[in-house]
Amino acid sequence: MTRITARRPALFWAGFSLTIVLAAFLIVPALTSMLAGLTVNYFRGVSSGLTLKWVAEVLTLYTDTIWLSLGIAITTLIATLVIGLPAAWALVRRPSRWTRLLEEFITLPIAVPGLAIALSLILVYGGVGSLRTSWVFIAIGHTLFTLPFMVRSVVANLHAIDARMLEEGAASLGASVFTRFITVILPNAKPGILAGSLMVFTLSIGEFNLTWMLHTPLTKTLPVGLVDAYASMRLEVASAYTLVFFVMIIPLLVAIQWAGAKASPALSR
Amino acid sequence: MAAHLLKHIRSDILLITPAALFVLAFFALPMAQLVLVGASGDSGWLAYTSVLTNPRHREVMIATLLLSLAVTLTTLILATAAALFLGRSRFPGRSILIAMLTFPLAFPGVVVGFMVIILAGRQGLIGKVTDAAGMDKLVFAYSMGGLFLGYLYFSLPRVLLTVMSAVETIDPSLGEAARSLGAKPHHLLRDVMLPALRPAMIAAGAIAFATSMGAFGTAFTLATDIDVLPMLIYTEFTLQANFAAAGALSIILGIVTWVALFIARQLGGDGVAAAG
Repeated sequence: MTRITARRPALFWAGFSLTIVLAAFLIVPALTSMLAGLTVNYFRGVSSGLTLKWVAEVLTLYTDTIWLSLGIAITTLIATLVIGLPAAWALVRRPSRWTRLLEEFITLPIAVPGLAIALSLILVYGGVGSLRTSWVFIAIGHTLFTLPFMVRSVVANLHAIDARMLEEGAASLGASVFTRFITVILPNAKPGILAGSLMVFTLSIGEFNLTWMLHTPLTKTLPVGLVDAYASMRLEVASAYTLVFFVMIIPLLVAIQWAGAKASPALSR
Repeated sequence: MAAHLLKHIRSDILLITPAALFVLAFFALPMAQLVLVGASGDSGWLAYTSVLTNPRHREVMIATLLLSLAVTLTTLILATAAALFLGRSRFPGRSILIAMLTFPLAFPGVVVGFMVIILAGRQGLIGKVTDAAGMDKLVFAYSMGGLFLGYLYFSLPRVLLTVMSAVETIDPSLGEAARSLGAKPHHLLRDVMLPALRPAMIAAGAIAFATSMGAFGTAFTLATDIDVLPMLIYTEFTLQANFAAAGALSIILGIVTWVALFIARQLGGDGVAAAG
């Protein structure tokens, strides 16, 4: 390892410069856009003054997209918890060829582009009752796409805490399978459940590939609104909307890092 | 004992049934239907060969493959170089640099598209700089070039993280031993580092490739007339109402991305194409 005080070779500076350029490529547009959302006139630059009027305009124009996205994200989270937690436990309890296949099956929806999944959902369920015009249709798509993330996070956690051993202890005391699941397994898998939940929530809020096909004019989510603003609003409004999105998503990202480190301490540095 | 085992298996099945039924009803059945719809057009099952026989479909397929390969290779080269540097050097500000490089990890494709507009759009930074430097104002966001930049933006943080954690698992004494035996830095790279990193690079590259093939949000934000496969499927479905062509192309695309991610997972990668 190179020491800080040592004279650094040319190779170090080459790597350093490349890394700085890459970091700038990623971070400069994000910062520029945040600033543009707070600037009176982006074309004239920051010297035209800072303002919150674009953010206010976004909040009056697009508030319903923010609430709908939050509602869908909460529904998706509940759905992935209700069907995902028992599934994760079943996959860990008795690993076999069949559970491997089942895990592969549940994971399939993230290997296929959202556009294709959305088309197939419309073809089969588009005519069923009022599902097509309901936000529930979008929540179904999101559950399909986020379920694997919940299941994997909890499965990894259950493996790490050796849940099967825990269960045997509880079984020897005479508790039934479902009592053991609720009272022993779930409390011990909390870090994995938390990490999975944050992931599911964040992915649902940002999901566009499925949502664009599944949405209707009355069920516009935040990313659908973003695309609308990118296409038809001035750059300041589009930037302010993106800023609102960042403000929502950044605390979630920080929490994911923190929960991930808690769920698998061995992997964190 | 047998009855006991049976009871166990029964409760396992009960536990997994809700999830399995959900995926069956809202993924497996609709996908099967999509396969049939793909064959319901004038050309029947031959619709599945349209990426070879239909000149327009073939052209778009080749363009999408080339774009995805270009993104994958560029990302791998840049991210591996940065990962080797970050994984083996310690200096003040390193963790801030890593935080900056991984910050865009959860940006949806549409936001990535907007980042490209900020960089290379009509009022973009690159345009401003080239204009100020007295050159032609450079604007390329709304084309294949913009899409390339967008997928690079999307894939860099992911590939970097994967390769960096692989770099950190390489035993440093391996490099020191090679150096003390007189190995030059590029020999060290070729004979020690790259072979050790290959699984991580293939896994991360496969994810970048699958995302670039199937992502829709970034392309949709930049322009609806960029000729990539997801946009072709979208226009066939919504504008032409050609459900058979859209269905067949979707299935083909799904198979390509699934195979790429399957390879990634076999090599211990994450196997997840995040929302693009």
